[in-house]
Amino acid sequence: MTQVAEAVERETQTRAVVKKFMYVNRKAPYGTIYALEGLEVALISAAFDQDVSLAFLDDGVYQLVKGQQTKGLEVKNFSPTYRALEGYDIEKLYVERESLAARGIREDQLLVPVQVVDAKEMAALMEQQDVIIGF
Amino acid sequence: MLHIVNKSPYEKSSLASCLSHALKGSAVLLIEDAVYAVTKGNAAEDTVRRALQDLPVYALGPDLEARGLAGAVIDGVKVVDYGGFVDLVAEHRTSQSWL
Repeated sequence: MTQVAEAVERETQTRAVVKKFMYVNRKAPYGTIYALEGLEVALISAAFDQDVSLAFLDDGVYQLVKGQQTKGLEVKNFSPTYRALEGYDIEKLYVERESLAARGIREDQLLVPVQVVDAKEMAALMEQQDVIIGF
Repeated sequence: MLHIVNKSPYEKSSLASCLSHALKGSAVLLIEDAVYAVTKGNAAEDTVRRALQDLPVYALGPDLEARGLAGAVIDGVKVVDYGGFVDLVAEHRTSQSWL
């Protein structure tokens, strides 16, 4: 095999590796940069054809609340981007039931369809991942 | 899985959240301000003791020493150095940082 052919072979094999990535969002939007950064990283990994899921727990559930208006803050309202995730094949959005309940948020107040899971189910989902990155 | 926490239990809910998601077979490593949770007499002591019944709990020695608390660690918590930190990461299939 020529060197070029070998390099192509290696590249093909590298591309075939699909890992399960989970981004765990535990921070509210706007107060810190974590939420926006987490969203951007999720989009980047989806561009590499990885198996991406997003988890929202603790204050992270505030990221998905409908009706965010940031004009007064003069910062970008990035919440519509969550609705665009589907277009990047990011369809696994898990929201923790206990975190919603503690904050008085109902599922119908969220801006995108999600799967509501309890903490136990969330822990099991985390265990299935190859890579977990927290924000 | 290795769960890594780096925030004081008084400032953030990271430790509580971590412990409610840590399954049997995983381990918890406390670093930076999270080491305040493993000192004797602190309000999170009961939480740590309960966790110790199901999971190994480690704390990073240099962070305890820097804070003057190396002599006040709850029994059962294992103190590791940076090499031990690396070993823990290598021993577990995945790690998760609770910021």
